[in-house]
Order: sequence, then structure tokens, then C-alpha cells
Amino acid sequence: MKVVVTVVGQDRVGIIAKVSDILAKHSVNILNINQNIVNGFFNMALIADMENSSINLKDLQKSLSVLGQELGLDIKAQHEDIFQIMHRI
Amino acid sequence: MLTIQDILETNRMIQENNLDVRTITMGISLRDCAHPDMKTFCQNVYDKITKTAQHLVKVGEDIEAEYGIPIINKRISVTPIAIAAESCHTDTYVPVAHALDKAAKAVGVNFIGGFSALVEKGYTRGDRILIKSIPQALMETERVCSSVNLGSTKTGINMDCVREMGEIVKKCAELTKDNNAVACSKLVIFCNVPQDNPFMAGAFHGVGEPEKVINVGVSGPGVVKRALEDVKGQDFSVVAETIKKTAFKITRVGQLVAQEASRRLDVPFGIVDLSLAPTPAVGDSVAYILEEMGLESCGAPGTTAALALLNDAVKKGGLMASSHVGGLSGAFIPVSEDAGMIAAVERGSLSLEKLEAMTCVCSVGLDMIVVPGDTSAATLSGIIADEAAIGMINNKTTAVRLIPAPGTKVGDKVEFGGLFGYCPAMPVSKFKSDDFIARGGRIPAPIRSLTN
Repeated sequence: MKVVVTVVGQDRVGIIAKVSDILAKHSVNILNINQNIVNGFFNMALIADMENSSINLKDLQKSLSVLGQELGLDIKAQHEDIFQIMHRI
Repeated sequence: MLTIQDILETNRMIQENNLDVRTITMGISLRDCAHPDMKTFCQNVYDKITKTAQHLVKVGEDIEAEYGIPIINKRISVTPIAIAAESCHTDTYVPVAHALDKAAKAVGVNFIGGFSALVEKGYTRGDRILIKSIPQALMETERVCSSVNLGSTKTGINMDCVREMGEIVKKCAELTKDNNAVACSKLVIFCNVPQDNPFMAGAFHGVGEPEKVINVGVSGPGVVKRALEDVKGQDFSVVAETIKKTAFKITRVGQLVAQEASRRLDVPFGIVDLSLAPTPAVGDSVAYILEEMGLESCGAPGTTAALALLNDAVKKGGLMASSHVGGLSGAFIPVSEDAGMIAAVERGSLSLEKLEAMTCVCSVGLDMIVVPGDTSAATLSGIIADEAAIGMINNKTTAVRLIPAPGTKVGDKVEFGGLFGYCPAMPVSKFKSDDFIARGGRIPAPIRSLTN
């Protein structure tokens, strides 16, 4: 299963490092990262593969949400299909 | 590969524009529950519903969490009770409503639809008992929803039932007068009722449906409104294209949720209902879409045309996004459930007559409208007859859900709470329809019913 991790909020040093650290710890493999900054606002979307991960999606969502609260960012992990189905025929 | 823009757009629709799946509704046949003894029948009904739908709410919540899309309601529709309970030796179906209510609470759904009768051509014994039981059933239960179909393009209109339903609506209001006539908000009177509608209060599990089925109703007026903000001032071809593309995206989400729910529950997928269902939340309004098209206030001249375009574009966009489309499919215009409609009524731009015109081109009818408490049963029946005639002649579904809240005068606000919202009582014509309604009988099927 592929997941999309999105991070939205105020830019600061080390956001990607911290998010990817959680993913690496649970063997979630990053396939693609897209990031931009608009008016100081950090937007990131990352696609990762959970095929061999040691964690399920619900628990990953919880860990990322805890990190999000620490950093004052909105961090979400969602099943990739909702984006695929909406934007690709 | 997905782009960051695609991903952020989807999440913006959900977080900022209130995109959600309005309901996953499981249809369950109760035809095999029939029994002459009322107590046994009720037990059969309770057992079947609680067994079949035991995982519905959990699966809904799991999908919601995994995909990050809110699924607001999980609901159940059942075979019309007038049919399922007909072999019971009884003169009231109120105990069945209690069994349905108890089952709904046991599995955790917020509404259960199907306390219904289909009488477009006439009554059976069960139909008469059911309709007589409606006021007490809706007063004594919390989650049971009721509907009556009294007309169709194929059969014409049952005017005896039109007369009776005016009286039933009054009785519902009277019995629940201390609770804002809430029973009226759980009763829908239809012409051309769809048998696979997932939306309450009019949902039931039609007789041509399979043993059990998953139907999904999507929503998203806020998303359409937001998309139209980007094409301000452009011509209607652009407006229609924009709505179509947005409706496609909204419906794809509904299709995904429907397929997932169907797979996880091992229940066949029925339909996706392509609807724009508003809520009283700010920014989740169909009226705001119409106003975004350039109307000062919903109800201004041009409103019917704007709604016609919207309704048609939603269907065109949604159709390709789902493998099976059904239910009501179109834009809903419930007054109390739409912040923009409420504001339009308060401003004086939206009248009952304009709403009637709008029902010619939208997906349902006169929905969640408070009228003064002294509105007579015959006048309510007259309004029901008019709506049924619009449905019959135009080969579309129409419905009436009016709330003649006792003691309410024009302008008085009636608060329903939650998704039902609130509504100021709207003026109704003072001219009487009593002799017209007293005639009874059947309005014959129109010429357009003879299509064979």
C-alpha cells in the first residue's frame, strides 16, 4: 500500500529530516518527495510505500500527528488511492 | 505520478471546502422477516438488522481514517414496513418502529429509513395501517424515518393519500409540538420515489433491490462554490464546465468509498448518489453557489435557471466518475439545512412559490420548510398535490417535507439542531384548497406514461 504524507505549516529547519526519520524507523520507503514554500508557508507531499513497513497506517498517522503537534505543523498520512482516483482517470 | 498541486487540492477540498461523503447507507431486505405474530416479526427485524449491519459503523470509521475523508453518516434503509409487516395480525405498526429504533441504536447508525408505504395507485391493508401509525411512531422513536410515495409518472397521483398526508403531517406536528415538531422532519412525501436513495429521511430498500446493498451519497457544495470563485464573470459555458469537472472529482471519492465499504463488508455495491447536499455549516451551501453565479440573493430572478444549470452539470460530471449512479442525484435545496437559503428567506428574496419553481429543476422538492402552525391540513395537501404534479408531469422525483410547527407565525424561527439547522416560518397562500382536496380519487397517469 502506498501512502501520501502531507505537511503544511510554518517553515523551519529540519522538517523533512524529522518526518523521514519516523518513516525510516518503521521501514516505510519514500518513493517521491515534493516540497515548496509559498509566503513562508511550508508545503510538502511525500509518497511512500508501506509494503514492508513494521507499522500499520493508523499507528503511523498517530506518530506523525504527535510530531505535527510538537512542531506546530499539520501532518497527515492518507491512503494514496483518494488522490489517484480524484486526479487520474 | 501525482503532483503536489493535486494532493494539496484534494486536502484543501476536504479541510477548507467541507468535502465529505455524506452517507454510507446499507440497504437490508426484511422480506424474509414476515410473521403473523407481531412480537416474533419485531424480533426477526431486530435480529436481521443487527446481524447484517454489525460492522457498518466500524468499517465507515476505518475508511474515514485511512483515506482522510470525513464520512458524516452511516445509515440503514429497509424494505418498506407496509410490505414487510403486512402479514402481522395487528392494527398498528408502532411496535415495528420501536424495533427499528432499537436496532439502529444497537449498531450505532443515526437514522434508519423504511417506515414507508408505496401507495401511488392505491392502498393495501398494510399501507393503511402504516400511514395511520406514522405520527405515533415518529413521536415515540428517535432514529426512525418515514416516507410515503403517493404518485408517479406511470400511475398518476393518489389524491386520497394526498388528502390523508396533509392530516398526517398536521398530526405529526401536533404530537411533537414541544420538540419543534421534529416528527415532521422525519417524514417525506414523494412522487416518483427512487428505490435506492441513500439520503434520509426518504431512504428505503426497494422491492427490486438485492438482499443487501451499499449505497453512498456524496456531497460538496462548498467545493463547487470555491471552484466557481476562480471563474468570476466568465460565461455560462465556462461555469458549466467548471461544475462538471468539480462534480467528477467529488463523485470519484464517493465511488472509492462505496467500493471500499462494499469490499470490506462483503455487501454488493449498489449506487453512488451524485448529490450536492448542503449543511448549515458556513460555506457548505447550494444557495451560495447560485449567488456565486451572479445573483444578489437566492430567489432573485434567474435562480431557477442557475439551479437548472447546476443540477445538470453535477449529473454530467458525476456520471462518468461512477460505475452505477442512482438515488436522487442532483442538487438538494432543503431550506433549514442550507445557511444561504436561510439567509435568503430572512432577507425576503426566497418565497415558497419560488422554491416550488426551483423544484422543477432540482433533484428533490420542498424540503425542510417551516410554515405557520395554523396552516390547514387541506392547504398542506394542496402543496403536496402541486409538488406531486410537478414530479409526475416532468418524470422526476419530487418530495415534500413541511413543518407546520404549532404556534409558529410567519418569521418565527424553529431550531432543529445539528445537520437539520433552523428555519424561519415562511408565508403560505391564504386562499383555500379544501374543496379541491376533498374530492379524492386518482389523478390519471399523464400521456407521457404511455411510452411502450
